[in-house]
Order: sequence, then C-alpha cells, then structure tokens
Amino acid sequence: MMKKNHLAVAAIATAVLMSSNANAGTTFDAVKKKGFVQCGVTTGLTGFSAPDDKGNWTGIDVDGCRAVAAAIFGDAKAVKFTPLTAKERFTALQSGEIDMLSRNTTWTLTRDSSLGISFAGVNYYDGQGFLVNKDLGVNSATELDGAAVCIQAGTTTELNLADYFRAQGMSYTPVTYDKSEETVKAFEAGRCDVLTSDQSQLYALRLKLKNPEGAGVLPEVVSKEPLGPVVRQGDDAWFKVVRWSLIAQVNAEELGVSSANIDDMKKNSADPNVKRLIGLDGIKGEGLNLDDAWAYNIVKQVGNYGEMFERNVGMDSPLKIARGLNDLWTKGGLQYGTPIR
Amino acid sequence: MASEQPSVPAKAKLWNRPGFRALVFQVLLVAVLLYFGLTILGNTLHNLEQRGISTGFGFLNNEAGFGIVMSLIEFNESHTFGRTFLVGLLNTVLVSFLGIILATILGFLIGVARLSRNWIVSRLAAVYIETFRNIPLLLQILFWYFAVLAQLPRPKQSMTIGETVFLNNRGLYMGAPVPEAGFWLTAIAFAIGIVATIFIARWAHKRQDTTGQQFHTVWAGVGLIIGLPAIVFLLSGTPLAWDLPVLKGFNFKGGMVIIPEWAALLLALSIYTASFIAEIVRSGILSVSHGQTEAAHALGLRNAPTLRLIIIPQAMRVIIPQLTSQYLNLTKNSSLATAVGYPDLVAVFAGTTLNQTGQAVEVIAMTMGVYLTLSLLISFYMNWYNKRKQLVER
Repeated sequence: MMKKNHLAVAAIATAVLMSSNANAGTTFDAVKKKGFVQCGVTTGLTGFSAPDDKGNWTGIDVDGCRAVAAAIFGDAKAVKFTPLTAKERFTALQSGEIDMLSRNTTWTLTRDSSLGISFAGVNYYDGQGFLVNKDLGVNSATELDGAAVCIQAGTTTELNLADYFRAQGMSYTPVTYDKSEETVKAFEAGRCDVLTSDQSQLYALRLKLKNPEGAGVLPEVVSKEPLGPVVRQGDDAWFKVVRWSLIAQVNAEELGVSSANIDDMKKNSADPNVKRLIGLDGIKGEGLNLDDAWAYNIVKQVGNYGEMFERNVGMDSPLKIARGLNDLWTKGGLQYGTPIR
Repeated sequence: MASEQPSVPAKAKLWNRPGFRALVFQVLLVAVLLYFGLTILGNTLHNLEQRGISTGFGFLNNEAGFGIVMSLIEFNESHTFGRTFLVGLLNTVLVSFLGIILATILGFLIGVARLSRNWIVSRLAAVYIETFRNIPLLLQILFWYFAVLAQLPRPKQSMTIGETVFLNNRGLYMGAPVPEAGFWLTAIAFAIGIVATIFIARWAHKRQDTTGQQFHTVWAGVGLIIGLPAIVFLLSGTPLAWDLPVLKGFNFKGGMVIIPEWAALLLALSIYTASFIAEIVRSGILSVSHGQTEAAHALGLRNAPTLRLIIIPQAMRVIIPQLTSQYLNLTKNSSLATAVGYPDLVAVFAGTTLNQTGQAVEVIAMTMGVYLTLSLLISFYMNWYNKRKQLVER
C-alpha cells in the first residue's frame, strides 16, 4: 500500500508541475482574476519604496504599482508588495512570484535582452554618484584613488564603479553587501571611504546617517541610470498596461491635470486632449482592454507624474531632489508623454 | 529474501512471489523517478526558452566587469565570470578549511575542560558551550562583524606593533615576505626537515614497539622543521625582504591584509561549531568505561597520558561520525558569509554573478554542485578515517 501511495503522490506532483506553466503569458488575466497586483519593491529606500510607520508602502516606485492597480481595478490600493533585494529581483519576476518589478531598476541592453524581461518605461532618470565623509577633504571623484568603496551586490552600480576606476586608472577596494542598509552601516562604521549608488539613493541613504550633514555627494555623475518598471517578456497585454499607466501620468502633468482638479476638468474642460485622457473621447480604454476611466482613476487616485515626484522625492519630501532630468520635456527635462489619442 | 519465507509455495503464481513483486515495484519506482526528473528538466528548458531567458554556460567566458575585495588567485574586473566562480570557490574552501581546524582544536580543548575536576574550568567550559551553542550563527557573525571588528580605529588612528603590523577597521595589515635570490636553500631545508621528521617518527614508533624505549620525536621534529631552515636562512644571508604596508591616501598600501569580513566569519564559524564539538568530545570520552581509566592508573599512568593514550583513542570511534556532521555543517554554514560581505561562493557567484548574468538555473546548479562535492569529499575522508580508527577486535 505504501508504495502505491507514493506512486500516487508522484503522479499528482508530476501533473502539477506540468500544468504550472499554463499561466505563462497571461499575467493580465491572472491579475484581473486574483484582484490585486503583486508588486516587487525594495526592502526600504526612502522616496522610492519604503513602508511608513503604519506599514503602508510609499514612494515613487510604489506609486507606479498603484497607478497600474488604479488603471485595472479603479482602486489604487489593490496592490500587494514583495520586498526584494537587488539580487533577488529578477528571479522573483522571472519565476512569476511578482507581476511587476518596480524597484529602481536600471534599463540596460543585457537585462532587456537576456533575462526574459521587458522594461516598460522610465519613471526616474538617475545617474551614479559618490557619497563621502566631508572630513576626508575630497572634492572630486578623481581624487578617490585607493579608496575602499561600499556597494550593493548585483547592481549596475557595481559594474559602473569598476568601469569608472578603470577608465581613470585608479585602484579601489570593493566592499560588497546584499542590502543598501548594510552599505550605509558599513560606511558609517568607516569600513569604506565612499558609498556609491544612484544619486537619488545617495540622498535617501544620507538621511539614514546619524549625522547627515557630515557627508556630501560628489559632483561627478559617472553613469546613466534610467530606472523603470519591469515585466516578464512575451506578455504584451500586461506590458502595455504598465507602460501606458506611466505615460498617462506624464500626459496628465503636461496637460495640467492633477488629482485636485481632474473632477473639475472632467466637467468643464473643452480641451480634446484632456477629454481623451479622461476617457470621454477617442479610443478610451478599449485598446488596452481597460475601463474607459483608466487614466482618470490613475490621476484621481495617484496623481500626475509631477505630483508623484514632488510628494515622494521632490520638494514636498525629506529628500528635496530637484526635478532636473525628470522635469517635463517642455521645461528642459526628459519626461515626454507619448500622445494618448 | 524470498528464500527466508518458506510459507510461500515454490509453485505460486509469478505475481504472488515476493521476489518478483519487489522487483516489479522497484523497476516501477525507478521508472517513475526517471520520468519525474526528465519532466522537470524538459519543463525547465521549455519554460526558459518560452520566456526568452538565454540558457547554457557560455556566460562563463564573458568579462565579469566587477571587483572582488579578496581573492586567493589573481583577479580584476577584466577576468571572466568563470574566474569569479573560482575566486568564490577558493574563498569558501579557505574559510571552511581553517574553520574546521580551529573548531576542532577549540572543541577538543573545551570538551576536555568540561570534564575537568577543577570546578571553575568545567563551569567556564559549560558557560561557553551553552552560550555559543544557543545563539543563532547569523547573529554571532553579525556580532563579530558589526559589534566587535567595526569598533576598531580608522586607518589614520591604526593600532600598530612596531610600525610593521597595523590593525584598523579595514583589516589587519602586515608585511608580506618577498623571497630574494637564495631563498630556495631555506625552502629546501624546510622540506628536508619535514621528511626527516616523518622518518624519525616512524623509527621511534618501531623502536618503542620492540624495545619499549621512548624517543623525544617532538623535540627532534621542532629542531628539524624550524631550527634547520633557520640556520640555513641565517647562513645564506637572510635572503628575504619585507613589503611593508604604508599609509597612503585613504588607506594602507602594500603588504598583506586580513579583511574583517573574513575574520568575523571565521571567528563565528569556529566558535559556534566548537561548542558542538565540545559536547561531542564529552560524550565520546564519557562513553569509555571508567574501568579503563582505573586500569591505566593501576598501571601507573598519570592523568595526561591516560587521556591521550587510553581514553581519546577509544572515544574517537564515538566522536568521528558526529564530527563529520559538524564539519559538513560548518562548510555549509560558511554560505552565511553573504551577510557580512565576505566574497564566498554564494556571495560572489550565486549572488553578483547570477544577478549580472541572470543565468539563475545554471549558476544555482553549479553552486549546489560545489557544496555537494565538498560535502561528499569531507564525508569520504571522514569515513576513511573512521574505518582506520574503529575498534579492531581481536
């Protein structure tokens, strides 16, 4: 009898394994069915994705997921978060553990082409920089020859760092940790002279230091880091929802539509662009297989791109990062809303 | 087995013969397992292809492009991912090997101390065991790293011994020996010393067996292994230079460095595992009948030789199998290195390399293969050692 039982178990297990990939390629349907978006975020990076004192996740990457949830369900709260280290993030996405990865992830050719994933856009244009203690007396990254550098493992930062020091003909000692909190701890303990990461992160990490005033970010930006949401490759319906959720937010800012004035705009605006965005005119939600009010829900519940930026990382946040490259194209930045029409 | 069951008549139907049935079930089981394995393999490959994830081991030849803080072989950013595998592997082997040696020495000392008749010694050993055995290893690693080693002074305020050895929170900096012309003479003298000592030890053993006379092998060995090369070294004009660390810019340059990540991991692994080994040693010693001790004492042996010659050899047969498990644990526990940034196999290869290449299945398979191989090698060696040490009954 025992043996027969084992056989039965094995047969069932085999069947389960065989059917487990039936869902591949239809994330959109799967998400709709389960009623929420499973979103991969950081383990805690102020301004991008971090839980507040009540356990609610906030940040610009978090809002990216909320916008998608608003577009699909009309409810920005229909999101569950999975905190991931840099090392875990792609595996979590590939394996289907999460539906989308919104975790300050740099868009590169290698990642886009060989990991079975697709980048859906850029929600933050970043660049790698260096944080040093002011008492070192270093004013430029070119003076860092021989320095010990704290980095987070498995990031493009690690590669850019090596590239930069090689290009400058300087030597360095890499001290690599799994989590960004550990890099800060080690930097603070003096294990390394320099902490390197994307500049936006450096501002956030600096706030975690006991004495934030004692450390400063060097002027050099040594890499391009376009950060954005990522989905599994070959899943076009889902990919487009994620991509256009972000675009809708940028368009809203361009048109001056915000969470505060959208209801007013809906009633009174005569601008056909606004009408198309809000879903009163044009293709509406049809092509994306969404509700007509998809973009309305995003802006109403999450806000336009500018609101999202200022609230999380900009002047209304402790980080006080200037818009810079992340300003609208009309104001000298790179954020450009692909037309909704 | 069938022959032991005479109740089944020989002429029973084929299906009712226990031997045949057993065979059928085993074949079935193997077939199902094979099918199971092949299905998983096929499924994985199919899914990877369907999701556009590249497969294969070609990535091992690509340039790694990231730095590693500590490497036993030459490594820089322009080396390949295959090389990062080697670097990680060697770092894992280094910390496991030294950890096993340190844990064994410390464990035996504490284990014996635990049984000491001296109240204070035995209590201290008990406190050691109960403290380190009951605190999770990860916490101990973090304790040594963040609470102890990180508190050392910064490079510019380094502690120093004679301006040649420096200790700070970046590591322990020492002069590195640089052999000059003629150093090979000393090296040869060292080799001769070792070989001669082995011969003397054999000869002394044989002499004691036949005549009962003892010979001070230890002192002869010390003289040959340390004394002989030292004399040759001095006579050939001390052909050894030192590459001393110098404070330059941010940190010391030149010489050798022991990084705190390595030290924290090694300390934690050895101290933690030693507490288990101590208990194993105690159980081994207690398993030897007290009559053995009394008999040894009756023959006029003092405590130390009784322990060394009578008790420990008999205790070993109880100790070794359990010791094997602890060695395996220590090797596998070394993968906790990633918590403090020591570049072991898991941190470098299953961490950074996996993430930079995205070849999760290949990288994890290789990493698991390494731990499996290391564990099997340790088991193999310990089983062989166990066989040698087993009580041979005459």
